[in-house]
Amino acid sequence: MAEYTKMWEDIGLDLKRHDTLLEALGKIYGDVYMTQTNRPKGMEYFDFVVSEVHGLRIKELMEHKEKGGKVVGTFCVYVPDEIITAAGGISVGLCGGAQFSIPDAETILPTNLCPLIKSAVGFKLGKICPYFEAADFLAGETTCDGKKKAWEILDNYIPTYIMEVPQKKDAIDRELYLKEIKAFKEKMEKEAGVTITPEVLGEKIKLMNARRKALERLYELRKSSPLPISGKDACLISQIAFYDDPVRFTSKVNELCDELEKRVKNGKGVIEPTAPRILVSGCPMAVPNWKLHHIVETSGATIVCEETCTGTRYFDTPVVDETPTDIDGQLKAIADRYLNIKCSCFTPNDDRIDQIIQFAKDYHADGVIYYTLQFCLTYNVEYEKVKRALDKEGIPLLKIETDYSEEDTGQLKTRIEGFLERIS
Amino acid sequence: MEGEREMWKAQGIDLKRNDEFLEAAGKIYGDVYMKQPNRPKGMGFFDFVMSEVHSIRPKEMIDHREKGGKVVGTFCVYVPDEIIFAANGIGVGLCCGSDFSFIDAEDILPTNLCPLIKSGMGFKKGMLSPYFEACDFIVGETTCDGKKKVWEIFDNYIPTYIMEVPQKKDPKQRELWLKEVELFKEKMEKESGVTITPEVLGEKIKLINARRKALERLYELRKSSPLPISGKDALLVSQIAFYDDPVRFTSKTNELCDELEERVKNGEGVVEPTAPRILVSGCPMVIPNWKLHHIVETSGAIVACEETCTGTRYFDTPIVDETPTDIDGQLKAIADRYLNIKCSCFTPNDDRIDQIIKFARDYRADGVIYYTLQFCLTYNVEYEKVKRALNKEGIPLLRIETDYSEEDTGQLKTRIEGFLERIS
Amino acid sequence: MFAGIDVGSLVTKAVVLRDGKVAGYSIISSRTNPRKAGEQALEKAITNANCKREDIKCIVATGYGRSSFSFADKTVTELTCHATGAHYLNTEIRTVIDIGGQDSKVIKLDESGKMSDFAMNDKCAAGTGRFLEVMAQALEVGLDSMGEFSLKSDKPCSLSSICTVFAETEVISLIASGAKKKDIVAGLHMSIARRVGSMAKGLGLQKEIAFTGGVAKNSGVRSAFEEFLSVKFAPISEDPQIIGALGAALVASKF
Repeated sequence: MAEYTKMWEDIGLDLKRHDTLLEALGKIYGDVYMTQTNRPKGMEYFDFVVSEVHGLRIKELMEHKEKGGKVVGTFCVYVPDEIITAAGGISVGLCGGAQFSIPDAETILPTNLCPLIKSAVGFKLGKICPYFEAADFLAGETTCDGKKKAWEILDNYIPTYIMEVPQKKDAIDRELYLKEIKAFKEKMEKEAGVTITPEVLGEKIKLMNARRKALERLYELRKSSPLPISGKDACLISQIAFYDDPVRFTSKVNELCDELEKRVKNGKGVIEPTAPRILVSGCPMAVPNWKLHHIVETSGATIVCEETCTGTRYFDTPVVDETPTDIDGQLKAIADRYLNIKCSCFTPNDDRIDQIIQFAKDYHADGVIYYTLQFCLTYNVEYEKVKRALDKEGIPLLKIETDYSEEDTGQLKTRIEGFLERIS
Repeated sequence: MEGEREMWKAQGIDLKRNDEFLEAAGKIYGDVYMKQPNRPKGMGFFDFVMSEVHSIRPKEMIDHREKGGKVVGTFCVYVPDEIIFAANGIGVGLCCGSDFSFIDAEDILPTNLCPLIKSGMGFKKGMLSPYFEACDFIVGETTCDGKKKVWEIFDNYIPTYIMEVPQKKDPKQRELWLKEVELFKEKMEKESGVTITPEVLGEKIKLINARRKALERLYELRKSSPLPISGKDALLVSQIAFYDDPVRFTSKTNELCDELEERVKNGEGVVEPTAPRILVSGCPMVIPNWKLHHIVETSGAIVACEETCTGTRYFDTPIVDETPTDIDGQLKAIADRYLNIKCSCFTPNDDRIDQIIKFARDYRADGVIYYTLQFCLTYNVEYEKVKRALNKEGIPLLRIETDYSEEDTGQLKTRIEGFLERIS
Repeated sequence: MFAGIDVGSLVTKAVVLRDGKVAGYSIISSRTNPRKAGEQALEKAITNANCKREDIKCIVATGYGRSSFSFADKTVTELTCHATGAHYLNTEIRTVIDIGGQDSKVIKLDESGKMSDFAMNDKCAAGTGRFLEVMAQALEVGLDSMGEFSLKSDKPCSLSSICTVFAETEVISLIASGAKKKDIVAGLHMSIARRVGSMAKGLGLQKEIAFTGGVAKNSGVRSAFEEFLSVKFAPISEDPQIIGALGAALVASKF
């Protein structure tokens, strides 16, 4: 990646640490991904994207900026990409999946904070992530206490705008969120110096819906047995959705799905059909957090679905209604779709529980692993309700609370293998 | 109190554990409170309240219910007592200050959760508190992720109503909050079968304002040097405000203030004027959590003010505007006053930081101890901003993050004594 | 003459000052009885200083067990004592990193040697002497030889655990996987340096920096810190383990 060194230097990265990070990332990717057997050919594109993770895509972002476009960093599935792209911007889901940058963050954040937030803030503080350095500003939200308050601190290092996501889904909350969407549209217009027209917004709604539909198609294929794609590979695709060019990404995912459809037709799978099928439910997994998937899929089981922000919550139906042709109607359609996401930041959030049960059935899961990041209070507390509901349905459930470190890998492996023994 | 055991039994209290708790709490109270020299005579009332903590007040509540009134449990300074009392209800701040009840909650809550929530859940689930058992229902809010989600679990044990406190203070959030206050009024009317008239609501606004003014008067007196009352005693008064009868409490606090005014006039204090004065800022301290105050005040220093929910945030000015005479105007006045409270659940919350600096000056503090309960993310993350601001002002600051256990007492003592050495 | 006693959780130290100079000192284990350890350490230091108990005008106790030592005229925390002791030995010191048996601390000093700020570990043995002691046992390596041992490593193991319990498990599995002990020890030292070093960075690192406490005798931890923080520690002319007791004695001389 020597050809990018100058670009990295220009955007102000700490080159020495960045090299160390890339080296470590390459090694992990090799161990976790390239050792898999029988991968779909269509994964080559995604391997390529990872190999160029800090190269080609950053180059594209920098070129976009040179042409006057904005780059907006986001952290959450509640920030509407439709509006960012309608204002001629590019939205990128930011880095927050590595242990590497956590010590940087712990100089200004409490240790008892979720690893995703610490990792992200550390990337910015340590100048290790080119996505952060390429972003003009960040669009944060209020979906958890940790992020809500960390944005204020991050604002000292990069301009950070905050959208309020309400905490209930009553009529007044819908009103508030719609107003927040409108305010965000105005913010984007001001930053980009453009006026968002219904034509462009309509086009971007279709663009993002197409991305959602491609992911939905991929996940539909994961309902088959034998499974045509590993959980690790599917997880990677979901992760890449957050920062790759949406048009290219959608076309590549659809190409892969064509291949997977053939596999399904021919009854060809990545693993024998008897392998236990696991539904993962809970917190997001940002690149390179493949810890849980790797343990599960090297223990003889496979993951068939992620009910997470880097999974179904990202593309969950209904998609944004494409019928309105005026801005107000479009913004309302956007607000409605996003507020339909079933995040534990809402009280109550019982729809999520029904959905987990539905998914467990649809994906023919033999068991559910409830995955939470350490100190993620909302998902951790919601577990109790999920447990009661799944117990009632007779669906086996294992709770895993972990961070990005490797120190508990041995223990997790024991628990997961024990769980697999229990359900098989 | 005579007949207390029969009362507890009828309530379904676990008598054996209640005895254990009262014995332990009594011992702590003796050690922490009764050994203080030179206490104001007016503390006699509050000592008495404590000696009957599980008896007289719960009895009053049960009697109130027998006469058809409602008893409503709360956990947060954002739930408006004015409305509860106007609907012929009694508002009571619930028990959550002791690790005695953790064991009852740990099977349904995550370990990495703030001790206040774990303790509250434990007291209810373990049937340990006559206050919980005297409540018709409880009113929760959404001021932190932990509480927001635990209310849903509480609801399995006692009906729980949730008010949404927004996360920013823009006009659209003020609108949402006013609506929540209006809905809460309707809820109280429905529960109690009482229609809240402007006359009664006006009266209750005055009643709760009077309680605020009494506490404000007490805190004003703590600006004097030498200090006429210990931090421990003042904290106790604030804590008792949450559950004692407001009329009686206000009158007894004013009596105490009369005595303290005499002391100030005569230059009489509880410690020598040279003792370092500490401003405590951060999380609430619920009975019997006197841990920090006890360490500080047995290390030669004294607490002059609490910028906490069991301190200034409870009575903070401005009080509710008493001029409106119609329900809408009154509810708006209530909403405005409550939304003015400077809790770290808001982003941004910079007014709080200005206030800490102002309090440090007004209360002539030699240093600030930033006190957080373990896993309280909003106050823990906000520390970084407070630190930057206080450093700039040259105000010494020590951060203490702790829970209700005694295992870190030795270490805390070293930190606090070290801090006192540093600032003296 | 003046004396300072530093009653730590693992080790008790005593220093006797004569004419503002260290006349004698002692270092003994405090494991069994902190009260007795204080007296024994004092006696030993008095003997080493060639003086008598009556010659000592004032005694200051510090350390975790400071209040259990009943002969003290005054107690002061080890934060002040490490600052005072380090400043006495080198007036250029602005930051002290002290790692003792159960605590790790970073202390900032002003020009006069007064402590101006500090940070301490939370209630957890991570990044403390106790952490190293547990690991030495797991590795069957002498605690005192860990430093030299690790310096022979050219490829330190990467240890992800900061928790003593998890790290012990990790060390055992590393041994089982055939990792070299010297590389494991070097990895452990780096893990301490990262943990305590992050705390130091959070407080703001100012030069010169002194490293005190029992763990400062471990040359492996020293060089791990120097690498992590990109600094060189200032040399100090006394045993780093007695700096707290020395500071206590200095406080006694001004009392």
